[in-house]
Amino acid sequence: MVPFAGYEMPVQYAEGILAEHQHARSAAALFDVSHMGQVSLRGDDPAAALETLVPGDIAGLEPGRMRYTQFTNDRGGILDDLMVTNAGDGLFLVVNAACKAADIARLRGALAGKVDVEELADRALLALQGPKASAVLARFAPEAAAMPFMSALPFEISGMRAVVSRSGYTGEDGYEISVKDIDAVRMAELLLAEPEVAPVGLGARDSLRLEAGLCLYGHDIDETTTPVEAGLVWSIGKRRREEGGFPGDGIVQAQLRDGPPRKRVGIVPDGRAPAREGTEITDGGGVSIGHVTSGGFGPTAGGPVAMGYVDAAHAAVDTAVNLVVRGTPRPGRIRRMPFVPHSYYRGQENP
Amino acid sequence: MSGLKYTKEHEWVRVDGDVATVGISDFAQSQLGDVVFVELPEVGSQVKRDGNAAVVESVKAASDVYAPVSGEVVEVNGALEDAPQLVNESPVGDGWFMKIRLSDPSELDGLMDEAAYADYSESQA
Repeated sequence: MVPFAGYEMPVQYAEGILAEHQHARSAAALFDVSHMGQVSLRGDDPAAALETLVPGDIAGLEPGRMRYTQFTNDRGGILDDLMVTNAGDGLFLVVNAACKAADIARLRGALAGKVDVEELADRALLALQGPKASAVLARFAPEAAAMPFMSALPFEISGMRAVVSRSGYTGEDGYEISVKDIDAVRMAELLLAEPEVAPVGLGARDSLRLEAGLCLYGHDIDETTTPVEAGLVWSIGKRRREEGGFPGDGIVQAQLRDGPPRKRVGIVPDGRAPAREGTEITDGGGVSIGHVTSGGFGPTAGGPVAMGYVDAAHAAVDTAVNLVVRGTPRPGRIRRMPFVPHSYYRGQENP
Repeated sequence: MSGLKYTKEHEWVRVDGDVATVGISDFAQSQLGDVVFVELPEVGSQVKRDGNAAVVESVKAASDVYAPVSGEVVEVNGALEDAPQLVNESPVGDGWFMKIRLSDPSELDGLMDEAAYADYSESQA
């Protein structure tokens, strides 16, 4: 167990990080992510209100659909990243544990008088992730199997009311299940009793999302990185790119037009030595061009993988770079992410 | 008796003549978790007791391995390059790190024997 954003979190369970990682890629992993903040926005047009704080197209979100976006600051830096669901009668947000107090204060300050901001502190969150997640959940909630990726529905599972979304942060198909805190243990035990399901800790959660090329707030994105630099332009709606209307919009629009000075890229070291967070990246001449923000061993990739920021001139895929590990430059290359292909649910195959 | 001696940093030493084979203990590998990379010193290099001699990386983190004794590195375990998991599977056998030709055999006197290390590692768990 380790302290994490004020919570005691398991790095791993008995099986260890490698086995837990493989379990999530081959069967179904259950994560307790109850530390994350769950927030409800209700009132007169909460989507328009939230759009003043994030670059995502929230107004265009159909009921029951969800989207990834970021809170930005006046310099276009990222204050937190979050999931936003159109719950029909309002918006439902999931934010990072370490940022939730500041996020809620910001929401209350900026949306005062327009939107009621309620922290759902009595809700737990479980993530069921992996290729068997759908078959497992369908035993309790048959309609969950046909839910599109990035959609959410209310369910009653074994007498427990839950909001289930088809989403996650592992690159696998799967769900996040929001339940009342008093039901959390029973929901976890219900799912863990299924033969495909094993508990998985923070360690494997990190290697899974790294292989999937997904950002970890405070590491790969922070107040100094813009969504454009971070390669998150896909999460900014076309309308929002043109209209702006979010903090730092001028900087983001200028970077969209002229290109950002640096970019988040995938990096694969040539050898087996992992290049961890903080590792300096240099060009062939030994000149510093950036640094690693997340790196380690990718169990499914079968070797070390990393992501980090490099000057835009060195960001093209296949560019040769050096990773300075313990003082020694080791060769590697800029590579496309994800390192392991995403396996999100894209609907039933035609028979 | 296996004749292993241990450091407080969880390295072990097996002495044969004037050469000491060095690795990390079963307790250390269990604490590190799955080992994915081992950086070994150059053969022919000199190591000093308690100085950095190697780095072992698990899925969790990179950890320094210190030389239990001073001397010249005469051999390293090349098998770890392609099979770092040997450190987990056989920490005091096939997962050895390096062999050091002792420059000061009296340094061995400061190490723990098996029984003393068992008590010590239990207190660290």
